Amino acid sequence: MVKQKWGDRLGTGFIWAIPLTITAIFLWIIGDVFWHGLGQINWQFLFTAPIDAGRSGGIAPILVSTAWILLICMGVSLPLGIGTAVLLVEFSDIKTGFGQLIRRSLDTLAGVPSIVFGLFGNALFVKVFGLGFSILSGGLTLACMVLPLLIRSTEEGLRAVPQSYRLGAASLGISQTKTLWHLILPAAMPGFVAGFVLGIGRAIAETAALIFTSGYVDRMPSSWLDSGRSLSIHIYDLAMNISNGNANAYGTATVLITLLLMINALTSWIGATWTNHHFKF
Amino acid sequence: MTTFHPKNTIHPTAIRTENLSLSYDQKIAFQDISLPIPAQKITAIVGPSGSGKSSFLTCLNRLTDLTQQCRVSGKVYLAGKNIFDPKIDVIALRRRVGMLFQQPNPFPFSIYKNLVFPLKEHGITDRSHVEYLIEESLTAVGLWDEVKDRLKSSALRLSGGQQQRLCLARTLVLKPEVILMDEPCSALDPISTGVIEDLIKDLGDRHTIVIVTHNLAQAKRISHQTALFWSQKNVGHLIEVAPTQDFFQHPVNPLTQAYVTGLKG
Repeated sequence: MVKQKWGDRLGTGFIWAIPLTITAIFLWIIGDVFWHGLGQINWQFLFTAPIDAGRSGGIAPILVSTAWILLICMGVSLPLGIGTAVLLVEFSDIKTGFGQLIRRSLDTLAGVPSIVFGLFGNALFVKVFGLGFSILSGGLTLACMVLPLLIRSTEEGLRAVPQSYRLGAASLGISQTKTLWHLILPAAMPGFVAGFVLGIGRAIAETAALIFTSGYVDRMPSSWLDSGRSLSIHIYDLAMNISNGNANAYGTATVLITLLLMINALTSWIGATWTNHHFKF
Repeated sequence: MTTFHPKNTIHPTAIRTENLSLSYDQKIAFQDISLPIPAQKITAIVGPSGSGKSSFLTCLNRLTDLTQQCRVSGKVYLAGKNIFDPKIDVIALRRRVGMLFQQPNPFPFSIYKNLVFPLKEHGITDRSHVEYLIEESLTAVGLWDEVKDRLKSSALRLSGGQQQRLCLARTLVLKPEVILMDEPCSALDPISTGVIEDLIKDLGDRHTIVIVTHNLAQAKRISHQTALFWSQKNVGHLIEVAPTQDFFQHPVNPLTQAYVTGLKG
């Protein structure tokens, strides 16, 4: 047995300490939310409207608004994001100025604070397009916000597909479209899943960009042109503006986290199933 | 200057390149290569790294189209037609001119689907015909007995040598006239190399094969004609082409003499 040096032990301990600390902080946050929040959750909480500015009652209209906003956000950003990534990776040269310009812009956009997206959405969708404070405005604003994330991780996923697949398929006289559909896209699935999870994570957690666009009316939306309050805004409002709102803020946060975990698991499952469907026979 | 031996006009040529040059951006990979490739014979291309051998090969099925900054000039005649003519159907061309790569590159599908995928793309969907072709091509590469009970399992689970044979079967299933091989054994162990070499020799009776290799002994063992590429001032040139026996026993060009005796390269 070689005796471990003192410095090595310290190094090993340090390297273990970092992930353990991060995991512990994460578990602490989740644990705290669930500890305080689980008690609030029952059928009534999920299926009734808020009463007394949310101090009592449930979150049904907020869940519906959130679902609408996310649906619009992902429905718009997913096809656009995957399309752009495919264009950037499969149909444009890395070295050309155009592709480089788009990539730079996306990286810059990904770092723009969400409040700026909120103001942009307010100016463009709410005012110029005349959509008003509505779920549609909010969803579209979020779509602009998650698009850079989505494109970049989809792009990474596509680039991770070995070039030998493309060359092999081309050498067999298989057209680029068929190669893309049957080989490249299924192989790039992990990238799409990662992009979707990142995107929806950012969208579901967003407050600043939504306050100026979808508004914070807490009644049941009658259409997507109606104003609607998202879960994250509800939590913000209950925690910051409403006295005695903390209990229901915790309940709402528990729902939000559970929803996020469920969406992530479902996405991974759908991704894996689709890949298997294409790859096995 | 290319040295041609009078003998290599005996066989009908399948492919003929005429002043073929290729450059990436500003860098010229090879220049002015005029090489006749006899039909249903094995042509080996040898030479040191960076002499443009592999780049030359990718011109013959226009795989160069996939690299945007790649520019080709000159002509490549396949059965009398210039394949760089804009009217040529590239899909059909690549069906006639198959390719085997340096690294085995099976698709991440089952063994069966690896072979069905190209067939389907070329409109061959009749089930019994497809199954016949699959058995035929897997038998041709000596893989049928090894995999017939697990056709639906992933091709990525095969060994390196088996993967390379599957890739060869995938090329053969489309019944190409010409098969291009880019150092097909360099990623394999000696036993798998022996198996693949025997296969190539067999296939050489019915197919036109162009094989790029670093291995002079391999060129000597399997080919009918050998061509030497050499990099001069960083640009690849064709130095000498001759029937393999003459190439090794009576090389004309001093570079070839030095190369085959191991003095250079």
